Amino acid sequence: MVYFPTWKKITTLIVILMGLWYSLPNFFSESQLDTLPSWMAKERINLGLDLQGGSHLLLEIELKEIESELISMTADAVRTTLAGEKIRTSRPLITGRKISFQIPQNKIQAAKKEIRDMDPLLALSIEGNKLNVEIQDDQIRQHKEKAVQQSIEIVRRRIDETGTREPTIQRQGESRIIVQLPGVSDPARIKSLLGKTARMTFHMVDDGAKSAVSGRVKPGYQELLSADSGLSGQPRTHIIHKRILVNGENLKDAQATFQQGEPVVSMRFDAIGTRRFADATKKYVGQQFAIVLDGQIISAPVIREPILTGSGVISGSFTTEDAQDLSLLLRAGALPAPLNILEERTVGPGLGEDSVKAGEFASLLAFSLVLIFMAIIYKRFGIYADIALLINMTLIFGALSALQATLTLPGIAGIVLTIGMAVDANVLIFQRIKEESLKGRTPISAIDVGYRQATVAIFDANLTTFICALLLYVFGTGPVRGFAVTLIFGLVTSIFCALMVTRLLIIRWLRSTKPKTLRI
Amino acid sequence: MASKEPASGINFLSYRFISAVLSAVLLVYSAYLLSVKGMNYGIDFEGGVLIEARFETAPDLSALRQQFKLMEIGEAGIQNFGSDQDVLIRLRVGDEDEEVISALLNQVKSVLGDNVEYRRVETVGPKVGDDLRSGAMWAVMLSLIAILMYITMRFEWQYGAAAVVAIFHDIFLTLGFFALLDFEFNLPSLAALLTIAGYSINDTIVVFDRVRENRRKYRTTPLYQLINTSLNETLSRTLLTSATTLIAVSAFLFFGGEVIRDFNTVLIWGVFVGTYSSVYIASAFLLYIETFLQNKAGETED
Repeated sequence: MVYFPTWKKITTLIVILMGLWYSLPNFFSESQLDTLPSWMAKERINLGLDLQGGSHLLLEIELKEIESELISMTADAVRTTLAGEKIRTSRPLITGRKISFQIPQNKIQAAKKEIRDMDPLLALSIEGNKLNVEIQDDQIRQHKEKAVQQSIEIVRRRIDETGTREPTIQRQGESRIIVQLPGVSDPARIKSLLGKTARMTFHMVDDGAKSAVSGRVKPGYQELLSADSGLSGQPRTHIIHKRILVNGENLKDAQATFQQGEPVVSMRFDAIGTRRFADATKKYVGQQFAIVLDGQIISAPVIREPILTGSGVISGSFTTEDAQDLSLLLRAGALPAPLNILEERTVGPGLGEDSVKAGEFASLLAFSLVLIFMAIIYKRFGIYADIALLINMTLIFGALSALQATLTLPGIAGIVLTIGMAVDANVLIFQRIKEESLKGRTPISAIDVGYRQATVAIFDANLTTFICALLLYVFGTGPVRGFAVTLIFGLVTSIFCALMVTRLLIIRWLRSTKPKTLRI
Repeated sequence: MASKEPASGINFLSYRFISAVLSAVLLVYSAYLLSVKGMNYGIDFEGGVLIEARFETAPDLSALRQQFKLMEIGEAGIQNFGSDQDVLIRLRVGDEDEEVISALLNQVKSVLGDNVEYRRVETVGPKVGDDLRSGAMWAVMLSLIAILMYITMRFEWQYGAAAVVAIFHDIFLTLGFFALLDFEFNLPSLAALLTIAGYSINDTIVVFDRVRENRRKYRTTPLYQLINTSLNETLSRTLLTSATTLIAVSAFLFFGGEVIRDFNTVLIWGVFVGTYSSVYIASAFLLYIETFLQNKAGETED
């Protein structure tokens, strides 16, 4: 019996109306949307960077350094704690995640207790007069997790500081960050800003801290390259004390300004920074100190008088941009680990616009051709299928807008493919009805059997394609995902339209005209 | 109401030996192309730099090539892209790391000068290339397994096996098609490949669905005839669907823009291969498996 229960009719109608509702905003411009009342749907389809132009960057946080840093930090902390308790230890021996100390036999239990109090998560074991401290997987994981979170935050701040509008910063996988910058057609500056760790520290300079015999730098000191070359143009180095006087973390603000016509960065410390800087400058008047940024000395001034106000000026050999970038980096803060730019995809506004135009035209053309084709082949039923196809498109656009999925160029191709394949479900049904009708069934019986038989094939055929599309979504990235998204939406809406919309139309026609024969 | 004997029409399966030879030749040719010429992997899978630049006036490509040669930065592919003013530059960098690649990009920009509109700039490091390649492999393998499982569940394993053989056939021939035309194999190509697999399986299932139905209806009819009947019954649907899909994809091929041209060309190829394979690979293979199983069952009974 050909029967379409009322609840199905209502559901179908509701779905269609929702599709219309959510696809509506795409027909208005942004300014028109603003004038609409607040209860209206306002989300338009999100265009991918390949269509609106912009830059996509994939960054990776170098977590390897985080692990070794955590190990050496722990080793230092243990030594400091034990030294505070007057327990003498050997220099730590680090193998993998294990740190071993040699400790006098009579102190070893006390040492173990102290370390346990310091950090209860560390695994401790005693071998003779050796105390082994092992860092747990969990601790490393937590530490890395924190570094990732912090990196994302710093990346966000740096990009915000550049004034880029509506950037998207997203984590991907364990240690990667996706940065999407709509409208940015030359990401060179942002790339260079993100490529810097921007860890700044202040150290005392002692160029004499070199062994007269071997020429080697004394322990506790380090020789670093200086940004400004010497008078002869040769790269200059300084030997600095490894101990940090003040850390860049203690900066409250940094601004690029000019001093005697030279671009400089003026900075202000927070309370802790101010005190430390004051103490240091009081103690070392007349001596030279170094401002070290990412392993390079950017400036090595002599302390002329104690600086108690907590503000100072960094004057290197900066260009105006250098000064601006440095102050921006100092304001945004240091990255916990270096970032690598693994991938860059930038599409200029011209290409994006061209793609949208071409995509729109091609889709409309494909759409119209298929509409005409169906109407010619199937006449009345073809027009029903065409109505279903129109509704199908509305639903796809509604779904893309409501779920704020991203439409990419391959995504448009996915829609076009859906147009081609959406009619397949209808074709399957119509051919089947035709066949059954030719076998001598009455119109009602032919339509009923035709629908029932075709539904099985439609489900099996579309579900397998659906599985492919789903896997494509899971394993694909960027544009390919966009393709999978529209294909998935398209498959779902196609099945809905064939089984509900076309059917509803055919049944209405059957009921009202009660035809004796079927002409498909 | 249904007659005991199904009606027959075109005897599709009678051409199965000719088509087997045709497929075998094409498969061998694809294998030859893939092994001798190899795939033209894009930067997505190999890492490298891709630049689409628009010049104010049509540049002299051979002079550009010469300039790039002088830079000694490895293999550079330079070609027009859509118009004389647009140039697509591809640099392969092998296993160089990300820093080298970004330095390379700056070098290229300095060669091209300032009067150039950068329409597209892509750099992909080798790490990402590896990831994307393994992701692609997984997507294809898992799709095949999922399809095999689904069809085995809904039909029988013989159908699943025949369908997977057909998809393998289509994927392999499509890869050969890429190699033949020297199309770049990149992420959208992967999407095209999986779409072809999806389209082909769609077609195969419609045929198989009818075979399954007819098998229940006509229990005594030999399988050879049943498959032929099913192919005939689904023929008009196959042709119509292929036609609408071709119409839609062709519209996109001619007017969808340069970026997506190869993608659509491959899809059109896929519509033909997919349709062909559901008749001559999937159906013929199903017949072959079933006949083989029957003969084997006959032998053990003796």
